[in-house]
Amino acid sequence: MRLTRRDAIAVLAGLGVVGGGAVAVDQFDPPTAESGEMGETGDSGGDGSVSTTVTATMTAAAEVVYPSQTEGVSDFVETYVVGRARDESRRDAMRDAALELDDIARDWYGDDFADLSADDRDSLLRELGVAAADPVADGNVSERIRFHVVNELLYAFYASPTGGRLVGIENPIGHAGGTASYQRATMSKDDVERVGHVERVERAGDSEDVDGSVTDE
Amino acid sequence: MSNPAQTDRTPVEDADVCIVGAGPAGGIVAHRLAESGATVAVLEAGPRFDGDRQDQLEQHLRPGLDDPWDMGGPRDEFTSSGDSFYPLNAARVKGVGGSTLHWQGMVMRLHERDFELDSRHGVGADWPISYDDLRPFYAEAERELGVAGAMDNPYAPPREEPHPLPAFPPSHSDSIFAEACERLGIDMHSVPNARNSEPYDGRSPCVGYGTCKPVCPSGAKYTAESHIEKAESAGARVIDRARVRRLEHDSTGERVVAATYTTPDGETHRQTADQFVLGCGGVENVRLLLLSESGQYPDGLANSSGLVGRYFMDHLFAGMGGRLDRPTRQNHVGFNTSETHQFYDDAEPVNGLKLEFLNYAGPSPVIDALHADTWGDDLLAQLKANYGTHVAMGALVEQLPDEDNYVTIDPETTDDLGDPVPAVHWSIGDQTKAALERANEIQRTVLEELGADVEWAVGPDNTGPAFHHMGTTRMGDDPESSVVNAECRTHDLENLWIAGSSVFPTGGAMNPTLTIAALAVRLAQSVKQRVRN
Ligand SMILES: Cc1cc2nc3c(=O)[nH]c(=O)nc-3n(C[C@H](O)[C@H](O)[C@H](O)COP(=O)(O)OP(=O)(O)OC[C@H]3O[C@@H](n4cnc5c(N)ncnc54)[C@H](O)[C@@H]3O)c2cc1C
Ligand code: SF4
Repeated sequence: MRLTRRDAIAVLAGLGVVGGGAVAVDQFDPPTAESGEMGETGDSGGDGSVSTTVTATMTAAAEVVYPSQTEGVSDFVETYVVGRARDESRRDAMRDAALELDDIARDWYGDDFADLSADDRDSLLRELGVAAADPVADGNVSERIRFHVVNELLYAFYASPTGGRLVGIENPIGHAGGTASYQRATMSKDDVERVGHVERVERAGDSEDVDGSVTDE
Repeated sequence: MSNPAQTDRTPVEDADVCIVGAGPAGGIVAHRLAESGATVAVLEAGPRFDGDRQDQLEQHLRPGLDDPWDMGGPRDEFTSSGDSFYPLNAARVKGVGGSTLHWQGMVMRLHERDFELDSRHGVGADWPISYDDLRPFYAEAERELGVAGAMDNPYAPPREEPHPLPAFPPSHSDSIFAEACERLGIDMHSVPNARNSEPYDGRSPCVGYGTCKPVCPSGAKYTAESHIEKAESAGARVIDRARVRRLEHDSTGERVVAATYTTPDGETHRQTADQFVLGCGGVENVRLLLLSESGQYPDGLANSSGLVGRYFMDHLFAGMGGRLDRPTRQNHVGFNTSETHQFYDDAEPVNGLKLEFLNYAGPSPVIDALHADTWGDDLLAQLKANYGTHVAMGALVEQLPDEDNYVTIDPETTDDLGDPVPAVHWSIGDQTKAALERANEIQRTVLEELGADVEWAVGPDNTGPAFHHMGTTRMGDDPESSVVNAECRTHDLENLWIAGSSVFPTGGAMNPTLTIAALAVRLAQSVKQRVRN
């Protein structure tokens, strides 16, 4: 099952972010003196290193959090995360949580989170108590990672038609998938095929703008 | 949300009509009167929720975020007593649009018997008006709300014209129920929805977000924001975050002269007007009348009967659900497409009772995932096991008016402005419990006929309210046994009107808002005749 940028854009559209693909990754650059804000992360970059770290960390987390059969994770996550970053408060909190996760990875496992094996990433998150933690946007570190990393990623996945299809619902809650699917006895043949295997839809809609009323019929 | 610093919140000069509350009751009255040329001021305690609805969508779906409509702070304090806790702040919204911001949007007419329960069955009370009196206003109300419906309900009261919009087609899940219902002789029919099945009134058709309650991001679900917008276009001024705290009357005690309200900057203003209409919902209407006590009216305004706040009623929910061994396709949309009103007019039990076939039985995978304590393949397996084969039925059951169920104010507990908070005293009697039992019995029969494994039931012992606040300023001809007359004007004050379900003498088992809208259209007509010039 392959995720595409288009899937990410569809979820972003549901969240009111239109044209998600057009935003640059350097949204995640730490605030500069000119912008009048001070970074809380202590990251001294400014050259885009933070952005790369954040998207790499989020992608590495997604590889653990998403079902193992998922392909296309990195394009999907990058598009989603960058679109999400248009909301400044979200961007900063997500960046901080991802950077903290990365710090903890270096402390506990001696490497960047993204460079750990999938098993180690999974263990680290579980040891941190993230699986059992309540998602709290400004809670303790486990709660924040649950909110800004794990739940952000799970939301992107299961509110997208592709993620939904995997569970048997091509029009998941939060997605404006029209009023035909609720009347059908099964997913359409096309939907079923997309779950089965998928290279077909791959990239087809990469650059397409998707608005809130698009349907997957 | 609106910025408290940016709006002029001073009173409207020379207002003909002051309307308190910007829900559907206040909104419809405001629109009608502004359109007729009256100078209208609307005072609304809550904010305007401007902009798109994506924040609310996310607040609804993602655990760990605030209530989408910001209910439950110090402004909204209340107390609850009686046998059953009443979760008041889950049951209303304060804001431009009122509780329709959050509502589900099922809208049906009361039945003829609902207006004459005492004469027919010796219980409850008769309304001072009949179904026939309200019938033309029901048709207008359906146009106001943009109701999608069909004439396929053999149990509905008589109507002369189709609904303004075609009904939503039945769901796949309905078709599964239809097999069992046919064998059992139960008639299913469409549900009238205040939700666009086609573009209507400048709003989008439903696009299937599935989050109707508490938020429709597409605008397909009616909210009273649309009436407020139209009222403003017709010249009404709507002041948000204006909390009305007292109504003042003149020295004769016959007329209200001003509503005093406090704005976010802490200023208190006086809105004068010729006519005053309360549209604060069935709880806050009472609170405002009681807070407006005076030397002449020590028990509160419009309360010479002593009945302001008495006979508080809600509809009770009964439900049952389980699983089948086939896909049931739930949670694509957030509304229902089939019901049965076949048992509504039964005399045994006498309480009205309507049954719903749910399109949102069982968990939604996305919400399930966000609460799960695992991820990856484990989570996928869990979601697959949890989703796909649920079915459920719901029901609303009538609660008959009982003087010992009441809303009052609690002098011991105050809100952030120092005003006593509303106090709800509510119990569910044996007769209502028997009706809930009956609803469960029918539900079990249907689910067993379907071959479902029944997994849960909500009935007499664990029922809850449907969030319809009725009965607390009841309508009647006799000033000793009612608060407003058949026109919805208070018996005691000649220019004070009450819009909303607080005037219902009985509540039937139909969701109340279509009746609220019909009465609001009718009330606007009466007020119009009395407005100066
Ligand atoms: C979760 C939920 C689901 C529902 N589903 C349905 C349904 O499917 N069908 C149906 O028919 N009904 C439904 N309802 C009920 C429906 O929302 C109400 O019947 C309807 O909104 C009542 O209209 P109203 O204008 O009388 O009051 P409201 O909509 O409650 O509006 C009252 C307004 O008055 C304002 N106000 C209160 N006090 C003051 C004051 N002192 N000063 C200034 N302003 C004040 C409030 O802030 C509020 O905005 C539902 C309600 C809820 C909560
Ligand atoms: S399903 Fe509900 S929330 Fe979605 S568009 Fe339709 S009415 Fe609105």
